[in-house]
Amino acid sequence: MESENSVSHPALSRTVLELPPSGIRRFFDIAAAMQDVVSLGVGEPDFATPWSIREAAIYSIERGQTTYTSNYGLLELRRAISKHLMRLYEVEYNPDTEILVTVGVSEALDLAMRSILDPGDEVIVPEPSYVSYKPCISLAGGQPVVVETKAEDGFAVTVEALEKHCSKKTKAIILGYPSNPTGGCMSAEQLQKIVDFARLKNLFLISDEIYDRLVYEGTHCCVASLPGAYERTLVLNGFSKAYAMTGWRVGYACGPAALISAMMKIHAYTMLCAPTAGQKAALEALNHAENSVREMLEQYNQRRLLIVNGFNEMGLSCHIPKGAFYAFPSIASSGLSSEAFAEKLLYDQRVAVVPGTAFGAAGSSFIRCSYATSLSNINLALERIAVFLAKIRC
Amino acid sequence: MINLSLMISEPTDEILSILSRDARVTAEQIAKMTGRELKEVKAAIEAYEKSGVIKRYKAIIDWEKAGVEKVLAFIDVQVAPAREVGFDKVAFRISRFPEVMSVWLVSGTHDLRVLVQGDNLRELGRFVAEKLSTIEGIRATETHFMMRRYKEDNDLFVDSDEDNRLLVTP
Repeated sequence: MESENSVSHPALSRTVLELPPSGIRRFFDIAAAMQDVVSLGVGEPDFATPWSIREAAIYSIERGQTTYTSNYGLLELRRAISKHLMRLYEVEYNPDTEILVTVGVSEALDLAMRSILDPGDEVIVPEPSYVSYKPCISLAGGQPVVVETKAEDGFAVTVEALEKHCSKKTKAIILGYPSNPTGGCMSAEQLQKIVDFARLKNLFLISDEIYDRLVYEGTHCCVASLPGAYERTLVLNGFSKAYAMTGWRVGYACGPAALISAMMKIHAYTMLCAPTAGQKAALEALNHAENSVREMLEQYNQRRLLIVNGFNEMGLSCHIPKGAFYAFPSIASSGLSSEAFAEKLLYDQRVAVVPGTAFGAAGSSFIRCSYATSLSNINLALERIAVFLAKIRC
Repeated sequence: MINLSLMISEPTDEILSILSRDARVTAEQIAKMTGRELKEVKAAIEAYEKSGVIKRYKAIIDWEKAGVEKVLAFIDVQVAPAREVGFDKVAFRISRFPEVMSVWLVSGTHDLRVLVQGDNLRELGRFVAEKLSTIEGIRATETHFMMRRYKEDNDLFVDSDEDNRLLVTP
């Protein structure tokens, strides 16, 4: 941690000093120092990027396509994104003005917050949810307002809950479905109510749909495709999860031209453009990787059923995650807090999971277990967790 | 709008695709992985085995790594097709030799492509000269010895990187 009373240089920004470090960081440090750890803590696919995608990027580098692209991103890629979203969700985005290629959804989220917030503006964040939402709001001068979601609702956010937390200062609601960490999804009907609420209160909807292709039950609903949503919705998506491309750092934002143009202004000053080889790879992903997506989806689904079954068998109640690649079992029956559970499990059985509190206070009786790992790892982890539970229960 | 509901293979194919990736996954595991009854999965596997859809289970072995010398050769064979049976008679005959791993009928300048395995070059040479070329109906052979294996049956034979993801990430 940086020290505020350092004598060697001037003090750092108070905003940054006050920003809490990620709850995941601490677990990483402990786990990294241990041997023979089975990790269910990884938030990225265990597959390598499909070869045809990697090959396309290598080819582009060979041909010397190593310059900047348009600030908005390669037009060819934006056109492919536009076609892709039309094909999947019948939502129409103009590739010239309504799509911005970013350095992952992470950058897109940051740009969005900086583009819509003035100091003191509030943004509603349903929790448990991804670790970056609140910090991005704070760094943009906004105020995160947490709305807790519950396992019995499948971690969907409800209008009743929003009502209680909406104020005159509320500017936007962040939606992250399919959800990291819960695997929860929201149906079109559920989302429509949120859209109607946002219209009534004149709010932006920032919808992080990075796990849209990893849905195992029902179909994914793109928020922007709902009646009344388009003009106030920013869809964030990318290539990391569906195409196993986390390290390439390519994502995109789609929304009303004025918002995209504002985001592009910041992006042009701070990032200039997303990596060119990555954009070429992303183009190949959209054009020729559908079979790979399907194959990975099938394997994730088998692991999902296996791990959820395993948790329920050992008495950790686990709601059925309909999307993403996380199980989010409740560890309430163990009598331990999620932090203590995760820490003891790591030291005692060398299984790394992420305590639910890393994703907000609403996650305090849960652990996040990623099944983006091999079947043998899942089996080994389940065995070790069962041994751990037997120990603490007697 | 296209239907996105779980574009996943039929349940019957799913058992096969799991076993083709790893034949040691148990019926119990498969039942859990596919959300089906154990009885049902066991019955399906048995039916596959009986009907020959699943021919048998074996391990993929890197013999070189095991220190066992094996010589492989691809032999292209030109055949004079026979009345009524075409290439079948010769192909079946070739297939019965234990040295022969695979036999395919192919298009192009040759008719059959034969994969042969032996303990050493001399043994394989003798097989081609004494057994294969002398079969009635075989007009010519062309033998290609395998020098290095890169990938076989979807398994890479080059050492790949281990899982180098960080242990815990958001």
